[in-house]
Amino acid sequence: MRTLIKIMGGLVLLFSMTTAVMATPVDTYEFKTPENQKRGLSLAHELRCPQCQNQNLIDSNSPVARDLRLEVFKMVDEGKGDDEIIEFMTSRYGEFVLYKPKMETKTYILWLGPVGLLLIGLVIGFIFIRKQRISGNVPNEISEEDRRELDSLLKRNNK
Amino acid sequence: MKKLVLFIPLVIFLAMGVFLYKGLFLNPQQLDSALEGKPIPAFQLERLETPAEIITNEQLKGKVSLLNVWATWCPSCKYEHPFLVMLKRKNLLPIYGINYRDERAPALEELKRQGDPYNVNIYDKDGRLGLDLGVYGAPESFVVDHNGIIRFRYAGPIDQRVWSETLYPMIQQLQAEAAKDGAS
Repeated sequence: MRTLIKIMGGLVLLFSMTTAVMATPVDTYEFKTPENQKRGLSLAHELRCPQCQNQNLIDSNSPVARDLRLEVFKMVDEGKGDDEIIEFMTSRYGEFVLYKPKMETKTYILWLGPVGLLLIGLVIGFIFIRKQRISGNVPNEISEEDRRELDSLLKRNNK
Repeated sequence: MKKLVLFIPLVIFLAMGVFLYKGLFLNPQQLDSALEGKPIPAFQLERLETPAEIITNEQLKGKVSLLNVWATWCPSCKYEHPFLVMLKRKNLLPIYGINYRDERAPALEELKRQGDPYNVNIYDKDGRLGLDLGVYGAPESFVVDHNGIIRFRYAGPIDQRVWSETLYPMIQQLQAEAAKDGAS
């Protein structure tokens, strides 16, 4: 048990170290404060690189991603709000760059679709289960003839 | 009625299948530009040939024009180059070059060797104008109307097909609009 705990502890340590390494961008940028660094990195994680699609600004090392990453970091240090930075990005590259799309009329299906599907599933499941339970509750009446046959079968089996 | 209900999942499946199958043939690189309908972003940059001369966005207004983002490090730009040179010879509209994230000397060398299709070349060394234009790779071309409004963005090299099917009809239409504005 103790060794197991040790192994688990080691694994936790290992994973926390790897994530710490991953959080550092390729180029060095000195943030003014640790809070800024946290905000800058989390923003850059949520923005998609327009060139290497399916990579965010931190993962991608294309020149465009590097420029945009630095631009985001600079804006964070200038004290610009998240909304302002996201507006800066979407006004140039379109809403495509947002990994987290805005909640709008045209994105309702994206945001609410999964919840809707889950609800539909639950409703169908509920109806299904209820139906089965009702059919299961029907008292099993067997006719006199069947009972006699059953008895004789049981008797034969017990011999 | 009950049997019809059983077919609902199949119908949904087929509808999604058609939808997703169509999606297979879309080009994910073909993004709509967020700048279509907006003016050329404000800039003040050196001219490629003469560093002392400053070009601003105001100078690009007045005529329907083609704004072409290029660089010497970009192979597709080399592919596109002869076509642009040919366009220039036809003198259909001004072509403005944006030399994007490039070095001055090799860029000038390239123009000397391959011909210069550009009326004016803007030297965007840091890619700041490119960033404001939402450029994510070169070559990219913007069709700009006489008021300096970006009307269309094309990502990728221009060739005869793209030119005659998409760009030129649009440019002709915009030039007609410009002529009407000028007359009234």
